[in-house]
Amino acid sequence: MKIAVCVKEVPDAGPSRRIDPGTMRMDRSGDRSLNAYDLNAVEEAIRLRDAAGGGEVVLVSVGQSKALESMRKGLAMGADRAVLVTDDAAAGSDLVATSRVLAEAVKAESPDLVLFGQQATDGDGAVMWAAVADRLRMPVVSQISELEVADGTATAKRQTEFGYDTIRTPLPAVLAVADSLNEPRYPSLKGIMGAKKKPQETKGLADVGVDPGQAGEAGSRTKVLGLSEPPSRGDTVKIEDEGDAAQKILDFLVERKLV
Amino acid sequence: MSTLVFLEHHGSAIQKGSLGVLSKAAQIDPDTSAVVIGSGVAGLAADAGRYGATTLYVADDAALEAPLPQPRVDVIARLVQEKGFDTVLFAASVLAADVAGALSARLEAGLNWDLSDIESRDGELVGKRSALGDTVRADVGWTSTPRLAMFRAGSFDPSETGGEASVEHVAVGTEDFSTQAVMVEQAHAEQSGPSIEDADILVTGGRGLGDPEGFKQLEELAKALGGAVASTRAVVDSGWYPYATQVGQTGKVVSPKLYIGAGVSGAIQHKVGMQTSQTIVSINKDPNAPIFEFSDLGVVGDLNAIVPQLTELVKARKG
Ligand SMILES: Cc1cc2nc3c(=O)[nH]c(=O)nc-3n(C[C@H](O)[C@H](O)[C@H](O)COP(=O)(O)OP(=O)(O)OC[C@H]3O[C@@H](n4cnc5c(N)ncnc54)[C@H](O)[C@@H]3O)c2cc1C
Repeated sequence: MKIAVCVKEVPDAGPSRRIDPGTMRMDRSGDRSLNAYDLNAVEEAIRLRDAAGGGEVVLVSVGQSKALESMRKGLAMGADRAVLVTDDAAAGSDLVATSRVLAEAVKAESPDLVLFGQQATDGDGAVMWAAVADRLRMPVVSQISELEVADGTATAKRQTEFGYDTIRTPLPAVLAVADSLNEPRYPSLKGIMGAKKKPQETKGLADVGVDPGQAGEAGSRTKVLGLSEPPSRGDTVKIEDEGDAAQKILDFLVERKLV
Repeated sequence: MSTLVFLEHHGSAIQKGSLGVLSKAAQIDPDTSAVVIGSGVAGLAADAGRYGATTLYVADDAALEAPLPQPRVDVIARLVQEKGFDTVLFAASVLAADVAGALSARLEAGLNWDLSDIESRDGELVGKRSALGDTVRADVGWTSTPRLAMFRAGSFDPSETGGEASVEHVAVGTEDFSTQAVMVEQAHAEQSGPSIEDADILVTGGRGLGDPEGFKQLEELAKALGGAVASTRAVVDSGWYPYATQVGQTGKVVSPKLYIGAGVSGAIQHKVGMQTSQTIVSINKDPNAPIFEFSDLGVVGDLNAIVPQLTELVKARKG
């Protein structure tokens, strides 16, 4: 079974997530890593490949040229290959433009299955797979917390606002998995050493047949008009447990007349 | 301007979130219509009119009964193309995200999601949203029409305008690939459980508890405090705790006097369900956990050490 896993490099959580007050743009100088939710998709792909007794897990991404470094984490976990579409003309792509490039990159792989994580931690988006599935003209199921793949069919359980639905679809299909589906493995030392040697391909827009005018800002249909920092809560107290945290919580609750 | 609002319904009721978005749309654009897609749904027209729609487009077909996204994309895409709507609005939901995301590709239309508000500024629509786990605020716009937008849960309260909507039935034709996914079993009404909405004090457990056993220590803390135990989706999906206790976008919205989160990361879909809690205390071993950014008291540490100690201290104090 050949599985394409769509992954994204995102800024790390924590202090690096800041706006540059000079440019009003997102400060992208901090550390970046693979979107944590994508690890569940990589994990599931590896399990499905192994259960099928063979095949290939290909990581597919659109991003900055350095994103290959983050993608190596997926290779270290056990994915077979990485394909990164990176092109100056693709910088600043929104959903419309990114889904076009990503869909073309996936199409070139002719996978039996396309996997996504549940959302990106930078934009909190949980929509990309639906756009890619539409472009690939494939069925789609998202937020999957239980998955069974057998005989060219996927059966998935997913939570909605009303409880759990079970949906069945023939493959190829686009499936987006919830973070509760599995526990992503930690790469072994051997996996980390081996990752560097696995095939890692970078492509430009021309390689995936996308016109530069249809990518990047030119191909986007939304724009950011301005960024600002939210009013800081100011009153947040943060402490580190030195054995006395329970007492400090109690004192806090007493002070606020909550106990 | 002409606006279309996607009305999501469950059984014979339109979801409150959809009615809220419809009310907001009608304030900005008097030429606001709505669309409802399903089986036996024409009767929902009265509600649509009352909350501001001038026309309700109805796609009514037994084949549309199951709440699957792709046939809905086909219906809305054709409707937008035929009627020339320049704005299509959604209230965030699991179904709406799949529909709006696909429509964005189908119509080559810009989609801004996670909006908390929208306004018309010099004739241009401007959306308000947060990003990076609410650490950044952004004003966002569209560079072409149709414009698509999806609003964060609970952004607007429904407000009645008392109008009436005319009903227009629309064709249902679907693409081949859109009907390949089928519903095997549909969500049943949730089983009853403890009502977390009524509790003044909520102790919420996340995946950081490690396993279902971990919840015992939270139950003891909740008992000592006189509160109830709530949970996150990751925990519910894993079968550790009942769905009825889930707080968040797909769970319940709560606003207790005190919310204590233990091993909860504070993902945005959880936050929308508990951000109006009066006091928020969190315990997490990851100093960068997003929940610290909206806690009154954030404790970096191991819940397995802290929670049992806290329970004993509370018990001792209460005598
Ligand atoms: C469309 C959609 C709808 C959703 N709806 C909801 C919803 O209604 N409700 C909801 O909750 N989520 C919802 N989610 C899921 C949400 O995005 C998160 O995945 C989920 O909230 C994470 O749950 P968690 O905090 O328990 O787990 P995690 O994110 O895994 O966090 C566990 C935390 O525990 C900490 N931890 C681990 N061990 C310890 C320890 N010993 N001591 C202290 N801390 C520890 C870790 O540092 C981590 O921060 C939805 C997602 C989507 C895409």
